Amino acid sequence: MSDYRLPPYARTMGMEVDHIEDGAPVIAMDFAERVQGRPGFLHGGAIGGLLEMAAHAALRAELDRLGSDSRIKPVNISIEYLRGGVQERTFARGEVIRAGRRVANVRVEAWQGDRSKLVASSWMNFLLAPPKEN
Amino acid sequence: MSKDDKAAGLMKTIMPEGFVFDPERGARWFTRAGHTGFLGMEYHDHGEDWIELALPWREDLVGVEETGVLASGPIISLLDNATSMSVWTRQGAFNPQVTLDLRIDYVRAATPGKTVIARAECYQVRRSMAFVRGIAHDGDIADPVAHTAGIFMLVSSEGWSKP
Repeated sequence: MSDYRLPPYARTMGMEVDHIEDGAPVIAMDFAERVQGRPGFLHGGAIGGLLEMAAHAALRAELDRLGSDSRIKPVNISIEYLRGGVQERTFARGEVIRAGRRVANVRVEAWQGDRSKLVASSWMNFLLAPPKEN
Repeated sequence: MSKDDKAAGLMKTIMPEGFVFDPERGARWFTRAGHTGFLGMEYHDHGEDWIELALPWREDLVGVEETGVLASGPIISLLDNATSMSVWTRQGAFNPQVTLDLRIDYVRAATPGKTVIARAECYQVRRSMAFVRGIAHDGDIADPVAHTAGIFMLVSSEGWSKP
């Protein structure tokens, strides 16, 4: 899982796998002009992008563990913004609630210095599709 | 003068609370730098209670390398910004606000190479909250890429930004 390759968008935004926690990657993103919304704070969209990446990575890890090579397609996401993201490194980790045959449900949280003070909380649903035949 | 006073003062100079919000000029101002500027968002169109922003396709914003499909992250950012600006468009004024929640349904993958357009509408503003909805598409609004619904909390300008 440490070789989990983030897509171009995530690399562009400066996201990286910080470490693996109970099988799911913790994705981190440093504060920079490119993720800033209103002056001094993280943009809600950048937080959303980080949450999605952590959800996707957690699900990929869970599917790997189950020996599944299903393709993952995002269906929807709902984000609650709990407090402003300040000029610090931000972390996010997903928890797969259920990975069924066709659908997977993932909870994701984002935090900064203090893990008990969440910046955002969200749920995300994915459609699982069989791998493309070559 | 404390750092916060200075920040509040600067913010008032740039964009005072209640400042008349011209959607086209405002959108250009809000997409000139930071995350929106980095992604390359652009003003597209507006009406009384709606505004459209565009996000041209870019290789480094792709989510699936093999297909060239745009990542969903930039679509969240686009819808967040467009819905946010629809509130100021409806009010005709800039007032500080923060996103309370945002839900996005990904109806289909965006077509690789095509510009994504977000049309966002503010359908109600109450004392504390503004209610918004929006559609992202890549040319035909009847064939949407994503749908969104969200709520913004109207807040005091104090501490809203830290320039």
